Amino acid sequence: MKIHSGFRQLLYWVLPILGIFAMISCNSEKNDSTAGVLAGDAASQVYVAPGKYDEFYAFMSGGFSGQVSVYGLPSGRLLKVIPVFSLDAEKGYGFNEETKPMLNTSHGFVPWDDAHHPELSQTNGSTDGRWLFINGNNTPRVARIDLTTFETAEIIEIPNSGGNHSSPFTTENTEYVVAGTRFGVPYPQRDVEINSYAENFKGMLTFIKVADDGGMEIAFQVLLPAFDYDLAHSGKGKSNGWTFFTTYNTEQKNTLLEVAASQNDKDFIAAVNWKKAEEYIQQGKFKEIPARYAHNLYSDKNHSGTSTMMDKVKVLLPSECPGLVYFLPTPKSPHGVDVDPTGEYIVGNGKLSADLTVHSFTRMLKAIENQAFESEVAGIPVLKFEEVVGGVVKEPGLGPLHTEFDANGNAYTTFFISSEIVKWKVGTWEVLDRTPCYYSVGHLMIPGGDSKNPQGKYMVALNKITKDRYLPTGPELCHAAQLYDISGDKIKLLLDFPTVGEPHYAQGISADRIQSKSKKFFPIEENEHPYRAMGEKDAKVVREGNTVHVYMTTIRSHFAPDNIEGVKVGDKVLFHITNLEQDWDVPHGFAVLGANNAELLVMPGQTETLAWEPKTEGVFPFYCTDFCSALHQEMQGYVRVSARDAAVALKWGLGEEITQ
Amino acid sequence: MISLLTLFVFPIWRITLIAPQYPDGVTMFIWINKLGGDSPGVLQNVNILNHYVGMKFIVADSIPELKYFPTIILIMGGLALLASLINRSWMYFGWGVIMVALAVAGIYDFYLWEYDYGHNLSPEAPIKIPGASFQPPLFGTKHILNFIAKSYPHLGGYFAGLAIFLAFAAWWIKTKMDKNENIDRNSIGNPVGNSLQTQA
Repeated sequence: MKIHSGFRQLLYWVLPILGIFAMISCNSEKNDSTAGVLAGDAASQVYVAPGKYDEFYAFMSGGFSGQVSVYGLPSGRLLKVIPVFSLDAEKGYGFNEETKPMLNTSHGFVPWDDAHHPELSQTNGSTDGRWLFINGNNTPRVARIDLTTFETAEIIEIPNSGGNHSSPFTTENTEYVVAGTRFGVPYPQRDVEINSYAENFKGMLTFIKVADDGGMEIAFQVLLPAFDYDLAHSGKGKSNGWTFFTTYNTEQKNTLLEVAASQNDKDFIAAVNWKKAEEYIQQGKFKEIPARYAHNLYSDKNHSGTSTMMDKVKVLLPSECPGLVYFLPTPKSPHGVDVDPTGEYIVGNGKLSADLTVHSFTRMLKAIENQAFESEVAGIPVLKFEEVVGGVVKEPGLGPLHTEFDANGNAYTTFFISSEIVKWKVGTWEVLDRTPCYYSVGHLMIPGGDSKNPQGKYMVALNKITKDRYLPTGPELCHAAQLYDISGDKIKLLLDFPTVGEPHYAQGISADRIQSKSKKFFPIEENEHPYRAMGEKDAKVVREGNTVHVYMTTIRSHFAPDNIEGVKVGDKVLFHITNLEQDWDVPHGFAVLGANNAELLVMPGQTETLAWEPKTEGVFPFYCTDFCSALHQEMQGYVRVSARDAAVALKWGLGEEITQ
Repeated sequence: MISLLTLFVFPIWRITLIAPQYPDGVTMFIWINKLGGDSPGVLQNVNILNHYVGMKFIVADSIPELKYFPTIILIMGGLALLASLINRSWMYFGWGVIMVALAVAGIYDFYLWEYDYGHNLSPEAPIKIPGASFQPPLFGTKHILNFIAKSYPHLGGYFAGLAIFLAFAAWWIKTKMDKNENIDRNSIGNPVGNSLQTQA
C-alpha cells in the first residue's frame, strides 16, 4: 500500500509537469505552422516545375575543391561541377592523357588548387555568357572556362606571385583579367632570410590580356611594395581604365600577422591606371625579366591540352611610370573592393572597421589633379583620405567583407562577424534593411551585381559555417548558400542549399545569355585528335616498342575492337577511345580493371586516352561506365595479357573471330 | 519544270520519330538523291535505334533508286521544257500522266523499302517482339514500340505535286485556248508554257 500512495504522490507532481510540457509543445507546433505559411510563400518562389528551366545560372567557386559548381536559380539545383584546378576522376580530368597538360605548372603537375573568384566575361560592362574566369590561389593561376562546353579551355600560371587572391576581376570589355598577389614574395624569387621581408619581398599585380577568341597572355606586371593584395575590381563607365586592389599588411610584417598586420589605422586601395600602363608599354618603359610560367590551352578540335613554358614578362615600375598607381587610404584592412554600377563609387570593405568607407572616383581624379598627396610610399603617391572619400555608411555592422549592387541604386554588404547582409542606399549612405545569414557570410552574389547592369531580383549569400542548419554529417559539415528575394523593399529569405567545397565568390547570369549557345556534341568530322578513329573501319591496335596504341570506337552499344590479344606484361597500353555518337547526351565511359588512374568519359565526337600498364598475366575486362542504352550492360570487352616473352601475336576484333 | 527541279533542293518526304528521351524528335528526310536529317547525325541515330530490333542499316549507297531517280527527274524536266516550247495540249496531258505514273511507282517503291526495313529483321536482333512490325507508316502517324512515327511529304513532294497539277492545268487551259484559237486563229503563241514556269 505504501508503494501505491507513493505512486499517487508522484502522479501529483508529474501530471502538472506533463501539462506544461504539452503546452510548450503545442506552442512550438503553432510556431511551426506560422513558419509553414511563410515557407509556403517562399516555396512557390523557388519552385521550378519538373521539366521547366531555372531563370539564372549561378557559377560558384569550389574553394578548396578547386572546381566550379553550376547551380540553377531560384531552385538551387546543382547542374554540374566543372573540373578546373583539381583532378576529377568522374570525368577523367587530369587523369586522361589529354587533360594532364592543363594542370602543368613551372612546379610540374599540380593536381589541386584553391579556387576563389569566378568572374564572367563582359561586353560594355554587361555579362555576355562567353567565358568564366577563376583564380587558383595556392599555385598562382587563372583559368578560363568556355561556356559553350562548360569545360576548362585555358589555364595560365602567374609568375612572381604567391597566393593569387585578388583575381581574376575583369575590365568592362574583358580587355584584361587581373591577378594580384596575396603574399609578398622575394623578387626575384630566391633564398633569403624571411626576416628581410620589408627589404627583399615585393607584391606584383598582373594584367592578363584576353583576346577576342578568349586566349590569355600576360600583358604586363606592376611591381609594388610587399603588401598583401586582397581583392580587386575594375572600374566601369566613367572609371573604366582603372583597376582597384585592396591591401592589408601595409605594415609589411612576416610573422603573427593577425596582430602585426592589424596595427595601421588605414591600409590602402591601390588604384592602377591600366590605360596609362598600355601607353608606357607602348613607349617601351618596361623591364623584360626572366620568368618561368606555364600556359596551358585546350582545343575542342584535337580534344587535347598543350602546355607551353613561357620565359619572360614585362614589368612596370611605378617610380618610373608617374600616374600609373595611386594609393587611397582606407580604414582597417579592407577586404573586398566593389565599384558601383555607375563607376563613381568605390566601396572599401574595411573588415576591422566600424564604418564602411566609400571613395568617390570624381574626387579621386580631382585629388590627383590637385596633387593632394599626404605622403609617398615606394615612389607611389598616397592621396589624402579626406580628399577621396565620397561617403561613409555609419556603423552598419561588424566585419564588412563584400558589397554587390542591384539595379535601383542600392548596395548590399556582407558582415562576417555579425553574420548578416545590410542593404544601404548609394549616395545617401543610409541603412535601409538588414537580414541575418546562417552563418558567417563571406561573399554575396547578385546576378550582374558587380557589372554595369545588375540583373537584380535575387541575392545569394555564401556562408562559411552551417552548424545546426542541416542534418549533421559527422565533424565536416557542408558550406551553404542562401537565396534571398531583393525585388521588394525588404530582403526576404527564400531558400537554403548546400554547396560543393567552400564557395567564395559566385557569378550569376540570366539563362538566355548561355542556354542557346550550349554545345550538344562535337561534330565527328571536325575531330583532329592524332589518335582518332573516324569509324569502326579505323579501329586497330598498333604496337610501337613497349607501347600499344588501341584505336577504339564506341557506339551504342559496343566497343570496336572488343577483344584484344597480344598485350604483354610491362607494356603501356594507350586506349584512344573515339565516341562515334552524334546525338545529344550520349557519352560513353571506359574503365579497365587495374587501371591506376580513372575512367574516361568521352563526349560524342570526342577522342580521349587512358593509359593502362598491366602488371600480371591474365584476361582483363573493360566496360562502358555511363549508362548509354538498353544494351549498356552488354557494352564490354577483354584484353588478354601474356608474359613478356610469350609468342602471342597482336590480334583484335569485334563480333567475329579475332584477326591479326 | 522549276517545281520539279526543287526536288534537288528540298526533301520529298519526312519521317519523324518522337519519344520522351528525344524531346526534339528524330527527323529523317528523303531527297530525290540522298537521305539525311535535320542534323548531320540523324541517319546514324536512326540506325542505332533500329539495330536493337534487328532492322537493316539504312545506307544511302544500298538504295539504287537514289541514283537513277535524279536522272528520271532531269529527263522529265527536259520533257517539260520541250512541252512548253512545242506547246501542244496533248503533250501537257501526256507529261502529267507520266508524272502521275512515276509518282505512284515511286510511292509504291517507297512502301516496298519500308516493308523490307520493317519486316526483314535480323534473326540475331537483341530485342525480338513476336508478330511486331517496325514498318513506318506510308502516310500518317503510327505507334512503333516507344515511338510515335510520323510520315508525310515534305516541300519537294509538294512541289512535285504542284508540277503535276500545273501540267494538267496547262493541258486544260491549252485545250480551252485551242478551242478559242479555232475561232480566232491569229491569237498569239504560247502564254501557257511561260505561265507554267513563272507560276512555279
